[in-house]
Amino acid sequence: MAMQFYASPEQIMRDRAEYARKNIGRGRSAVVMSYEGGVLFVAENLSTALHKVSEIYDRIGFAAVGRYNEFENLRTAGVRLADLRGYSYDRRDVTGRALANAYAQTLGSIFTEQPKPFEVEICVAEVGASPDSDELYRLTFDGTVQTEPGRLVIGGQSEAVATVVKDKHRPDLSLAEALAVAIEALGSVGGDGGNARDIPATQLEVAVLDRRRPGRTFRRITGAALTALLNGGKTDAAAAAAETPADVPVSPAPAKKDDPLPPAESGVGGAAAKDDSAAVDAVLDEIDADDDSSGDDKPSES
Amino acid sequence: MFTTPGSSSFVEFLNVAAPQLLPGRRPLPAGYNADVTAHATTIVGITCEGGVVLAGDRRATMGNLIAQRDIEKVYAADAYSLVGMAGTAGIGLELIRLFQVELEHYEKIEGAMLSIDGKANRLATMVRNNLGAALQGLAAIPLFAGFDLHATDPAKAGRIFSFDVAGGVYEETGYDALGSGSIFARSALKKTYRPGLSVDDAVSRAVGALYDAADDDTATGGPDLIRNLYPIVWTATAEGSQRVPDEQVAEIARAEVEARRDNPVG
Repeated sequence: MAMQFYASPEQIMRDRAEYARKNIGRGRSAVVMSYEGGVLFVAENLSTALHKVSEIYDRIGFAAVGRYNEFENLRTAGVRLADLRGYSYDRRDVTGRALANAYAQTLGSIFTEQPKPFEVEICVAEVGASPDSDELYRLTFDGTVQTEPGRLVIGGQSEAVATVVKDKHRPDLSLAEALAVAIEALGSVGGDGGNARDIPATQLEVAVLDRRRPGRTFRRITGAALTALLNGGKTDAAAAAAETPADVPVSPAPAKKDDPLPPAESGVGGAAAKDDSAAVDAVLDEIDADDDSSGDDKPSES
Repeated sequence: MFTTPGSSSFVEFLNVAAPQLLPGRRPLPAGYNADVTAHATTIVGITCEGGVVLAGDRRATMGNLIAQRDIEKVYAADAYSLVGMAGTAGIGLELIRLFQVELEHYEKIEGAMLSIDGKANRLATMVRNNLGAALQGLAAIPLFAGFDLHATDPAKAGRIFSFDVAGGVYEETGYDALGSGSIFARSALKKTYRPGLSVDDAVSRAVGALYDAADDDTATGGPDLIRNLYPIVWTATAEGSQRVPDEQVAEIARAEVEARRDNPVG
């Protein structure tokens, strides 16, 4: 029989944590933050097909960094859990907190029981009626779960990025402003000689949970809508959106009869943000139009 | 269980994770039990220029009684498709609810929508799972319609699929009806349907066909002017699935009733 070397539990856990931390830190960061009209996700992503940010449920989004196959597995599990809960109870009974707890359990047991921990850091975000009631959860490879106040950064050189985010983020930012803060923060690290760098729009993955929408609130911002938003061009976006058809409401139905309504405009950021809200809506309409035409030549246009 | 690699189907996931939640997986006592539950009745679907219209009356019956006057039997299945049902109301509504989650689940996992044929085939499988109960009198059949995002000819973008209890799926041309009043609704549509109807025309012809169904079938509810209950009408076009506003349907239904004063047979 081969001789087993003794390793203390402390040593094993330290090694695993070290291993996971090192690999997570090697990638690029993702930023999640509340803004006046919802929750914004921004990740640096070279791929347009393999997402770091995605939809879990009506008002819940998911962002992850680290090893793709591992967080993809967690994302799928989250969608299954949320859909199962929503189907057996009601759509309103699917909460970010329950999901974060489930992830914490899963990650915790993988960390202690499996030979190798998951090299991932994830964020579960639930959009609320106002930026105050948004819930952002950070989950790390060992199953630690933390709630964060309105903003968080996962992966990469997260501390350096978080410093910039903390400095500039306010919950009453408009979408364009929040996106600018996120991009500045992501670009604050990784340049030559520790300088800031510009991240091209094609390498950004941007999505929002739109506070004001009933039903499914998750929208990706890509293509023209993203460019317009990056130009700070609220007017550009509004102009572009003016030509696009109305957005697509997704079914209210037995399953969706009790969709959480878009919350009433409550005090927080409401009045100040009013001016921008038309532009933001315009951008979101644009996104819908973008979704609609995803790849296919629609007969109506041919 | 949640992290096991598997398919993108919610139904297949339920099969493993919670089979008791699937309609076809519950043991039934022997016997024929058609009379124990409410029955939903007539649905009509009409293709039109650039899309399709699906409409349903509001009545559910139990034997000779009206079980519910304001039941809703037509829903959006997802952003570009619609589904309605007739037969055992409980099972039909459960089927629709499950189908909606199935489509949404696939879309979230895969990051893309199923093709319209894929959706229809998926629905057929779900209907087939209920075959045992259907043979014992608890049959529920859907009518599926949607806007085909992959269609090359705009005239053929609106598509309608009908089903049978054995899981057969049949694509219909132009129009179709389902449920107890379907014979009369289909006969009415046979005379009023033209290819290339506008969406508005298709909506009013659907309401007219439901009137004809209610005229001859006691289980189908006509426009209820006293309680202000009118058919539920949905459209699926390039703009997505949209419910025709109640006020607009009410107006069309009242006009239909008015027109029948002069000519009861329409």
